[in-house]
Amino acid sequence: MTANVVDSPVPVASGRTTGFRAVVRRVARDRWAVVAAVVIALFVVVALAAPLIAAVSGQDPYRYHVDALNDFGAPRGPAGGVSGTHWFGVEPLTGRDLFAIVTYGARTSLGIGIAATAMSIVIGVLVGVTTGFLGGWYDRVLSRVVDVIFGFPSLVFMIALTAVVPTSFPKPLLVVLVIGFFGWPAVARVVRGQTLSLVTRNYVVASTAMGAGRWHVIRTQLLPNLSATITVYATISIPSMIGAEAALSFLAVGVTPPTPSWGRSIGDAIGWVQTDPMYLVFPGAALFLITLAFNVLGDALRDALDPRGGAR
Amino acid sequence: MSAPLLEVEGLRVAFGDAEPVVRDVSFALTPGRVLALVGESGSGKSVSAMSVLGLLPPEARVSGSVRFRGDELVGASADRLRAVRGAGIGVVFQEPMNSFTPVLSIGTQIAEAVRAHPTDLDRAGVSARVDELLRSAGLDDPQRIRKAYPHELSGGQLQRAMIAMALAGDPVALIADEPTTALDVTVQAGILDLLRRLGVERSLAVLLITHDMGVVADVADEVLVMRRGDPVETGSVVDVFARPAAAYTRQLLDAVPVLETGSGREARDGSAPSVARPGTDVGDATEASRASRPDVARLRDVAVRYARRGEPTVSGIDLDLQAGRTLGLVGESGSGKSTIGRALAGLVPVVHGSVEVDGSDLRTARGRRLRELRSRVGIVFQDPASSLNPRQTIGWSIAEPLLVHAAASPADRAARVAELLAAVQLDPTWAERFPHQLSGGQRQRVAVARALALRPALVIADEPTSALDVTVQAAVLDLLADLQDEFGFGMLLVSHDLAVVRQLADEVVVLHGGRIVERGTTERVLDDPQQDYTRMLLAAAPVADPARQAERRAAWRAWEGVAP
Repeated sequence: MTANVVDSPVPVASGRTTGFRAVVRRVARDRWAVVAAVVIALFVVVALAAPLIAAVSGQDPYRYHVDALNDFGAPRGPAGGVSGTHWFGVEPLTGRDLFAIVTYGARTSLGIGIAATAMSIVIGVLVGVTTGFLGGWYDRVLSRVVDVIFGFPSLVFMIALTAVVPTSFPKPLLVVLVIGFFGWPAVARVVRGQTLSLVTRNYVVASTAMGAGRWHVIRTQLLPNLSATITVYATISIPSMIGAEAALSFLAVGVTPPTPSWGRSIGDAIGWVQTDPMYLVFPGAALFLITLAFNVLGDALRDALDPRGGAR
Repeated sequence: MSAPLLEVEGLRVAFGDAEPVVRDVSFALTPGRVLALVGESGSGKSVSAMSVLGLLPPEARVSGSVRFRGDELVGASADRLRAVRGAGIGVVFQEPMNSFTPVLSIGTQIAEAVRAHPTDLDRAGVSARVDELLRSAGLDDPQRIRKAYPHELSGGQLQRAMIAMALAGDPVALIADEPTTALDVTVQAGILDLLRRLGVERSLAVLLITHDMGVVADVADEVLVMRRGDPVETGSVVDVFARPAAAYTRQLLDAVPVLETGSGREARDGSAPSVARPGTDVGDATEASRASRPDVARLRDVAVRYARRGEPTVSGIDLDLQAGRTLGLVGESGSGKSTIGRALAGLVPVVHGSVEVDGSDLRTARGRRLRELRSRVGIVFQDPASSLNPRQTIGWSIAEPLLVHAAASPADRAARVAELLAAVQLDPTWAERFPHQLSGGQRQRVAVARALALRPALVIADEPTSALDVTVQAAVLDLLADLQDEFGFGMLLVSHDLAVVRQLADEVVVLHGGRIVERGTTERVLDDPQQDYTRMLLAAAPVADPARQAERRAAWRAWEGVAP
């Protein structure tokens, strides 16, 4: 009875692997995901190289061009003053270059979106894993805290907080902290749920049974198995963070002028939509593209990381 | 014998563009007879049966011929198949717990099945029909069962209700896909009895899919043995069991652990002189050698309770286990056998008594002391699919205990991993592989290697082979015995399978409802049981020999319904 020993052929990898390369390969098979990844990469490059790009167009987002405006403060020329000098036209009333505003705005949006996501993921994963794994009163207390923050009217709180905090406090940092703070409970809930199902798996029980400490189990057994969930969640939460920043700027409680921000431009453009619709279109399109791209990529990642795989 | 009801010829099934998973399978069902499709996992037995009713996913490509009362079913329209399903052929699935909707009562669900095919019954008529079906499935209290929801019934009752539902459309054939695999042996015996009786009374043609040669010997008239999609052997059960023609059939039959006297441990001892363990004299009387062995585990009046209050799950447990010996813990599901195994690893809350492992009390140990004590215990779990971390290499998993206890340098760890892989008869170069690249049996070997990494005094094997195919099971059991001879650990073997226990254990403890019913040496308990419950357990387990099983079946009938 020596069936199934060394000399027997090893079955080919059944089921789907979740290694990094395999995931990339599966995502690459999804055409829309590739387009989304390219769009995201493009925006990241634009954000990083904003001064360079603005220099190529010979503009910056702070200089006024009153000569580009007519007597009513609206841009001269068709389509909001689109021309060889001002590629996206100019801002009404000030005549600042809209192309420069949109490129610099990418810095604000992506920077705040990614930083707030990082903050909420770190806190959320930490709380989620520990509550799910340790349980007991610690879990009960923190889970209630999560519930409270989750049910909090966060937008009202954000507006109030950004209005109350002294102006000397750097606004972008404040926005990151506020958005990140209201983002982590959702992450914590998802991660806690996953952890609860993981801790009953035999390999986690085996690890405990062989005398492993809690930190060892969290680090080597739980986190690697949670990484897929965390990656997907992060990708999908970046656009909502970007949206939150835009919303705050739209309500004029986000980053302070003259720092360019898509949200504030959109807010300002609402008043001009009849006379200068292109002022709304450019920042709006940028916001729409980046959020859509992140969502599409996040969706593809979720499919690619799901070991059950198969047809959608 | 009447004309065949269902004829399958040259059946081939392939998924997508892959290699076919079923090749040239032919069989025929005749009224009043039971045909068993038997094979190990991946043999294509379930796929063959499901293709008869067109129940495979859309990407399956089925060719060949399936004729039901002369009508071709391969390529038949959906309407035509629907008429055959239920009314022509009823199906019973493996897990009764998942086969019913939890939100509707049993009666509603069976009534739905009654109405699924054209019927002229009114409300009262349907309800009377449901009662009649439940009664014919051996449920004597149809009023209560009808109103019950699935979670309120036991697995056996649910499977009977499932059979009642399969009979709703008055089928002429019944397909039962592993109908008793998820059930206890005593319940299994009742269900198999029912299937056989229904076959005769209603002259149903029954297609039984199973991996268990004992079940085949028990109920089947004919058998078709399958392996990796190919039919291997077919014939009457008596012929195939008495004179297996194919080597694979012989291999399957040989691999079945033997329950009855004159075999098992004694036979193994005869063929494997290595049982004379190092450090002990072969000629020693058992008592003398027992005295010389240190206790590795001692339980005194132990009770375990999961809930805050209420009755403990197990209580009054006294156990002693010496180094180099194996204690078999047997019982049905819910008897608390796994709980006791976990109590020895300090994984469950012990509310009463003392648990000593390797001379130290596990119950009072905390923190570092508890972690150290745990290094003296190795565990092998039931389900090889979840016992290894899918994101770590098997080498890492085996080395994890060493890593946790900082017992070695990286180079030493690698050497030890190679040594352990060799000890469980796997290629040491496999350390870099991931669990999904291994088969179930190979994964279980890795789990054994991990359990042995710290040279534990005690190994807890919790149903180590119940998720494995029978040929793989035999190899893993042999491996465990050999490793015990080599390393001298004490082993607590938790199993529902008395034959497995007979093969490995020196002593047996029988559990029922969280209490010890009977204990003693393996030979005494299994050959001369003193308690009714033990006798019933022994009588219920089918053996892979049609003639012997017929006798055992008669003996079992005397026990049916008896509970201590």
